[in-house]
Amino acid sequence: MIKKTPKQSTLQGIKSLFVGLRVTGHNFVMPQITTHYPRQEVDNLVTYRGHIELVPKEDDPMTSKCILCGQCAKACPSNCIELVIRKEEVEPPPAAEAQPDADKEEAPPKPAPKKKVKRILEAFILDYNLCSLCGQCVQTCPVDSLEFSTNSYLAGFTREEFVFELLERMRKKYKASSSG
Amino acid sequence: MLHYAQEQLQGDYYTRAFQAGAQEDTLILNMGPQHPSTHGVLRIILELHGEYILRAEPVLGYVHRMQEKMGEVKTYPQYLPNMGRVDYLHALAWNWAYVLAVEELLQLEVPERAEYIRVITCELNRITSHLLWWGAYLLDLGAFTPIMYGFADRERAMDLLQIITGSRLTYCYYSFGGVTADLTPQFIDGTKEFCKYLRTRLPMYKDLVTDNMILRHRVDDIGIIPVDMARRYGVTGPNLRGSGVEHDLRRNTPYSIYDRFDFEIPAYEECDALARYLVRMDEMEESLSIIEQAIDSLPEGPVTPPKMPKVIKPPKGEAYGAVEGARGVIGIHVISDGTATPYRIKLRSPSFSNLSLFAEVSEGILLADAVSILGSLDLVIPEIDR
Amino acid sequence: MNIAPELIHIAVALAAIAAFIGLNGLVLVWLERKVAGHIQRRPGPYEVGPWGLLQPVADAVKLVGKQLVRPKVADPWLYWSAPLLSFTPVFLLFLTIPFGPRLIGMEFNLGLLLILAFSGLNVLALCLAGWSSANKYSLLGAARAVAQSIAYEIPLLLAVLAIAFQFGTLNLSTIVHHQGPMPWQWNVMTQPLAFIIYFICAVAETNRAPFDLPEAESELTAGFHTEYSGMAFGLFFLAEYAYIIVISCVATVLFLGGWHGPGAPGFWWFLLKVYALIMVIIWLRWTYPRVRFDQLLNINWKWLLPLALVNLLLTLIFVKM
Repeated sequence: MIKKTPKQSTLQGIKSLFVGLRVTGHNFVMPQITTHYPRQEVDNLVTYRGHIELVPKEDDPMTSKCILCGQCAKACPSNCIELVIRKEEVEPPPAAEAQPDADKEEAPPKPAPKKKVKRILEAFILDYNLCSLCGQCVQTCPVDSLEFSTNSYLAGFTREEFVFELLERMRKKYKASSSG
Repeated sequence: MLHYAQEQLQGDYYTRAFQAGAQEDTLILNMGPQHPSTHGVLRIILELHGEYILRAEPVLGYVHRMQEKMGEVKTYPQYLPNMGRVDYLHALAWNWAYVLAVEELLQLEVPERAEYIRVITCELNRITSHLLWWGAYLLDLGAFTPIMYGFADRERAMDLLQIITGSRLTYCYYSFGGVTADLTPQFIDGTKEFCKYLRTRLPMYKDLVTDNMILRHRVDDIGIIPVDMARRYGVTGPNLRGSGVEHDLRRNTPYSIYDRFDFEIPAYEECDALARYLVRMDEMEESLSIIEQAIDSLPEGPVTPPKMPKVIKPPKGEAYGAVEGARGVIGIHVISDGTATPYRIKLRSPSFSNLSLFAEVSEGILLADAVSILGSLDLVIPEIDR
Repeated sequence: MNIAPELIHIAVALAAIAAFIGLNGLVLVWLERKVAGHIQRRPGPYEVGPWGLLQPVADAVKLVGKQLVRPKVADPWLYWSAPLLSFTPVFLLFLTIPFGPRLIGMEFNLGLLLILAFSGLNVLALCLAGWSSANKYSLLGAARAVAQSIAYEIPLLLAVLAIAFQFGTLNLSTIVHHQGPMPWQWNVMTQPLAFIIYFICAVAETNRAPFDLPEAESELTAGFHTEYSGMAFGLFFLAEYAYIIVISCVATVLFLGGWHGPGAPGFWWFLLKVYALIMVIIWLRWTYPRVRFDQLLNINWKWLLPLALVNLLLTLIFVKM
């Protein structure tokens, strides 16, 4: 629908000047709507999505749910996630090996037991300087081991302060919550 | 003491090229890249005779971030957060244009509920964009108070979007085949309330600003963009509708589910800044009505497609996704060569076309009117430079 | 030593005026920001001192402490004299204004003329500031300031002249004495048109929004004072507020009965009226957009000037009858 812009007569125009004064005058006596930050805080911080945090296992709060698949680091557009993985050779438990073999009549000659390599998460490093808060890492995580923090008042003086070790943070958080 | 070469004192390439054509007794004024009314780092070189503009030349590229090149080195999902940064005011429309193109490449079906959510959030985002434009335009025209009122209302809409997207400005909310998070009851109730609230605020805006005599004289008959000029420069969006063309992608080539809603395309035939102003004011009301309709008929169901490929590797081919943004047609052309990264991404930003006509439309007008016209075009500088 | 008592009187008055301007300047800066804040639904300054009352003091200290910068190509003499030229005449303007029945710096028969003559100096200061800054925005701002001030001075004079004709004097005390304590005995009742014209012209003369074209922020960044920093800018700023007080004082004297008022007359009535006018001026600024330059001049030459002339003519006919 193509309309015409409404025209205004001079008299209406002069009236509009007083109407404008009425609007600002009305707002002058209305209460303020701002939040006085250091003394008050906004109430919607719970919905804020800040940097990511690791989610601990339900049964063991000191270890994370992370399965070290590295999907998050791959998905990140700005390469700000780094997983430090320690490889540990673990002897296979002999009892578990013996049970199935006992059922079989002709056991083939046992191959030398393969040494299993267990991968352990040493550190989960997030370089928050590069992060653009897109949330790709959280979306790709297959086991929901990442969550958003609601830390919107983050501030610091150096770049190094924003390189987080998330595993340590998670453990500290648990310790603080269990002791306090 | 600083010492400059003679060449440096005469300005950079653009200044020297512009100065070569100057007449006698004129003043070359460099407006920007830092200037209160260019809202970002847009630079305009003007040749003034008194306060009348003889020539104007926009100089771009101060926030060029190689968005298109970045698309060629990132995987498809990795490029998603870039979209919110191209146009920070209507980020969701850019999100949408990109996922639309990739969904076409992947032949993905978007669930019904996700389509509705996209409509609701995109229209909400359009309202925030228009509110900011309204305030900033009035700031250009010398009124300080409207931007504060506009921001107060905009905050509410942004609070709502924060509930589901988690961010307030550079959203990265749509994903291929759906959206990343479902709506919450808090969002739905809040949005319903917001629609009612904004309907009570819009008459106040009209009283304070739209009907104001001084504003009328500042925008009426200023910056006339005839239809043929608009077509020549590829102007779209509210600027084209202000020139009396009822062109809106939501109606002309309905993408998503826009054909299910009942809304009007406001257009004014005067082609001036007032027409463009009124188009945007009317559009806010239309967006409110779309949101209300979408919330009333919101279906249940999933928000992501049931079967998503693990790695997004579209087959060889090309796709073009175009949506109606707050500033006009946003088009994204994606070419896939079958790998996980796009072969080429082309971003068609509406502000670029809208700015292009400024040089022609500003000939022979007053400096103050140039500010008024520049504001009425509703430019977002990062979108121009990409 | 034999100093004339008038000289001592004037010296004391000048010192009092300096204190008055300084204090009122600070209060006005605070008031302006507070009113703007409340109109925009925010608190305005509230951190420094109770209700932010010390904010202007802090700002003043900051301005004094800042480095004074002059563009290399600017003319030093003109550049530094402009802010002084803008500020110093302000002292003379307050000298003849009757604040109360006895509270007056100098009883002077041509008081009104003195105010009008010296307030014209401000234009020269703005012109020099814009010219000597060697900045294109400043130059445009100065050109605007000169055209605007000169244009608006004419209807302003004509409006004031109507009052002068009515009472046959330019002495401000006499004009106040001719008015009564009650609002219907004030000149605004007999000369409403002159009051409106005077008020519009006064807002334009002081470069206040919606007529703040010489410093139109969105067009000329800061207009004539773009290059000024520190206290040089501070002087322009203070002068602007001082001129607002002056025009409000003159409006009060000429149209609103001066220190007259229901009940006890005195300077409190005067201050009350002055601040009411200033509040209206602030209110206007935070409500309207800025007019365009050609529109500004059109309002003057096509509307205010003919109206002022008609008003003057009617006054003459009325006085002669």
